[in-house]
Amino acid sequence: MKSVTSLAQQSVLRTSRMKVWEPVFWLLALASPWLAQQHALIINEIAIVALFAVSLDLVLGYTGIVSLGHAAFLGFGAYAAALFAKWVMPDPLVGLLVGTLAATVLGAVCSTTILRGSDLTRLMVTLGMALILYELANKLDGLTGGSDGLQGVVMGPVLGRYEFDLMGQVAAWYSLSVLFVCFMLARRLVHSPFGATLMAVRDNRLRAMAIGIPVHARLAVVYTTAAGVAGAAGALMAQTTGFASLDVFALDRSADVMLMLVIGGVGWLYGGVAGAIVFKLMHDVISSITPQYWTFWMGLFLVVLVMVGRERLLKPWTWGRT
Amino acid sequence: MDKRFFIRAVASAAMVACVGSAMAQDKFKIGLILPMTGPFASTGKQIEAAARLYIAQNGDTVAGKKVELIVKDDTSAPDVTKRIAQEMVVNDKVNVLAGFGLTPLALATAPIATQSKTPLVVMAAATSSITEASPYIIRTSFTLPQAAVGIADWAPNNGIKKVVSLVADYGPGIDAEKYFKDRFTFNGGQVIETLRVPMRNPDFAPFLQKVRDLKPDALYVFVPSGAGAALMKQFAERGMDKAGIRLIGTGDITDDDILNSMGDVALGVVTSHHYSTSHNSPANKKFVAAFEKANAGLRPNFMAVGGYDGMRVIYEAAKATKGGSGEALLTAMKGQIFESPRGPMFIDAQTRDVVHNIYIRKVERVNGQLYNQEFSTLKDVKDPGKSK
Amino acid sequence: MTILFDGIAYGMLLFILAVGLSVTMGLMNFINLAHGAFAMAGGYLTVVLMQRYEVPFLVCLPLAFVATALLGALLERTLYRPMYRKPHLDQVLFSIGLAFMAVASVDYFVGSQQQIMQLPEWLKGRTELWDGQPWALGMGHYRLFIIAVCAALTVGLQYVLSATRFGSRLRASVDDPRVASGLGINVNVVFAATFAVGSGLAGLGGALGAEVLGLDPTFPLKFMVYFLIVVAVGGTSSITGPLLAALLLGVADVAGKYYVPKLGAFIVYSLMLAILIWRPQGLFVRQGGKS
Repeated sequence: MKSVTSLAQQSVLRTSRMKVWEPVFWLLALASPWLAQQHALIINEIAIVALFAVSLDLVLGYTGIVSLGHAAFLGFGAYAAALFAKWVMPDPLVGLLVGTLAATVLGAVCSTTILRGSDLTRLMVTLGMALILYELANKLDGLTGGSDGLQGVVMGPVLGRYEFDLMGQVAAWYSLSVLFVCFMLARRLVHSPFGATLMAVRDNRLRAMAIGIPVHARLAVVYTTAAGVAGAAGALMAQTTGFASLDVFALDRSADVMLMLVIGGVGWLYGGVAGAIVFKLMHDVISSITPQYWTFWMGLFLVVLVMVGRERLLKPWTWGRT
Repeated sequence: MDKRFFIRAVASAAMVACVGSAMAQDKFKIGLILPMTGPFASTGKQIEAAARLYIAQNGDTVAGKKVELIVKDDTSAPDVTKRIAQEMVVNDKVNVLAGFGLTPLALATAPIATQSKTPLVVMAAATSSITEASPYIIRTSFTLPQAAVGIADWAPNNGIKKVVSLVADYGPGIDAEKYFKDRFTFNGGQVIETLRVPMRNPDFAPFLQKVRDLKPDALYVFVPSGAGAALMKQFAERGMDKAGIRLIGTGDITDDDILNSMGDVALGVVTSHHYSTSHNSPANKKFVAAFEKANAGLRPNFMAVGGYDGMRVIYEAAKATKGGSGEALLTAMKGQIFESPRGPMFIDAQTRDVVHNIYIRKVERVNGQLYNQEFSTLKDVKDPGKSK
Repeated sequence: MTILFDGIAYGMLLFILAVGLSVTMGLMNFINLAHGAFAMAGGYLTVVLMQRYEVPFLVCLPLAFVATALLGALLERTLYRPMYRKPHLDQVLFSIGLAFMAVASVDYFVGSQQQIMQLPEWLKGRTELWDGQPWALGMGHYRLFIIAVCAALTVGLQYVLSATRFGSRLRASVDDPRVASGLGINVNVVFAATFAVGSGLAGLGGALGAEVLGLDPTFPLKFMVYFLIVVAVGGTSSITGPLLAALLLGVADVAGKYYVPKLGAFIVYSLMLAILIWRPQGLFVRQGGKS
């Protein structure tokens, strides 16, 4: 007996299938610390920020919640992992878990605050959370090192074998692997029936509620998950750089990641990765040309990008047309 | 998304990556990492200008090798500083790292210096503990404790017995508060209250009001260079000077960079610091004249002198080791004694920190401009933070 | 009492700076994160005019208003108008880009140091009334001036909104642009005028505030958070909302830092968070208004 899948199911299945270029991309990405040895450090940074952007995409792209304080989870994960490595145990993978868990808990707590209110309210609430954490970290300087940052985080070797080297290759490979795993998990999540309900909530909350989707529960779950992923990114950051400092909570972090995500494209997970690559590389290149005024060119890029149309960035063949 | 695009993107990324740097190795490379954007951009500007001035005055070859100055902006974010430092060490193979506008930036980079055995010259950051973070760190700027004890010694002898301390709530501020309090109390004074101002503070009003209500003999202040002006304005506006409260502090509040535009409110403020643009020595006069000429009249401040002297230390060490690096270069930096625009100074071979004179100065109008006029000198002050 | 006075002065200043943003967001549903850049423009213009051309302070203020308003009108017509239809995220991106450009340009042309303003003599004094806690009231003349100017502006704004034809057209356009244009109101002109005035007010606020808040190229980014807080808590459907929100914020900030200096900035953020959680639409929302 042939099972008949409806047109709706077919369309959902189609979007969830792996495109041909995806494995190619990931293979190249995972191999890049060896292919491009000198750039291992920036590859590491890009991987971490990409993970952070992907976590924000879960919130922004798939549920429509505008958050300017996502760095709260990044920072919480970072400090948790750093403190864990310093005082308990220097194993990176366990520390990663700790960071992720800590951020997940924080996310669960915070998710109660973002359920109500308009876009602007949520923006401010999330922002407020991040700022409060910043001040807390500053005040508890016995624990966090205050504005000097938490120093003396020495990481053990990954999987007991691979030491973090000066070239940054091990760090890059480590971050990329974590990115890959989390990305695949996220992908699975959004291309599932659960994910479909999320998009329904994003597109029209009222209607979603009307057809019986438990909107608040969904939002809470997604927000908590995204917080956990952001915490993982934070833990990676603390582990690969060997310290944690206050600016992980700063407004710039949340703002930068939002910019990256919007540049790359909200709502298709790869947007976070693409945006992270574009933004970071641009920053690096422009900054080495003009260390003081690179923000001008960045701003110009953003303005032009929006005026021309965001979708066009990743479609170079449309650049010729008006 | 389109398959074609991604393959193209990945291919171009791979090409970019493979354009690796094949640099000639007969160069002496200095990696200068500064905050060129953000709230501390003026520090970066001053240091870069001073570094370039030194090169212009002393030539761009040392020990037969061409000097390459690589300047990068770290936007005051420690992980960026660390990454840039790592890249400079690994990719550009710099002989020495320099700059570091803030304490966390220097502390974050310390492990890189140790791991790669690259000397690191701190030209701006001022917390005492920095030089202990790595055996490869040399400092040519100053430490807050040095500046703080200067005024803590001067004040009790000049009618100031009760003081309220107001500092910015971060590393150097806490250092400034602690060392002032310790020395001042030791000298028989009394610090009746210690207030800490959050870094991101738009309004000093409530803090100053509190000080006013406490009625001390003087208010001791440390805030990073930009905020000093605002504080002084509000100090005057609140009528504190009329209420008989004097303003003292470390030289950061009368930063030469903006002192002249502070106006009359700054007159009479007594501070202690290691450098004043009006320091009366031939070396300084030459330095100031050359700096102002090369930078459209910009006055050099203590950040600039930290950069200038840092370059001097690097150059002399390079000459002594014939353009070397690593351990040898570090050793050649330790123990250097010379005349800086600030006065005589040397790099302590034990602590690798700077030892120089601390001057007590008062703001006065000279030739129509405001300057910190030095009137008293404490010679060869070592960092009190270390002699414990 | 002095604390209350200082808090009110600070709050009024914040109000003038943020009211333009509030109206723009309510009217055009446009999140303009570059609003702080207009304030900065007004501040720098004033400083440059005073320092280089010796223009008296009182003359600079209206100049700052007019110049920034013109700048706002110009940008509105050319850059902002095509953005109205775009989704909020694009607007955020766009306005942040503009803010970046403004910050870097100012840095390039004027330099990154703090700009220091020299007030005219008659604004520098201070009046002390009554002694002894808590009635002691010390009023800096400059702060008195700020309160006076801002109060006058608020009254003026309220009058324009409620008693003039332009005001009623504006309110109609805020409530429902489509119906308003159906009634023959030239919504584009209303938008342009409002944006211009809002930016002009921001410029004026920047000029007034340079003395109290400090002025350097990172001004727009530093204070954007505060403006957003005022708008979020005060709502976008009236001007009394942001006014009260700004006053509340100002007093809370100043009082918090005085009485509990250890917690300083904490107080403001926690207060905002608490308010927004309790009343997500903002504290003062008109019934039936847009959210």
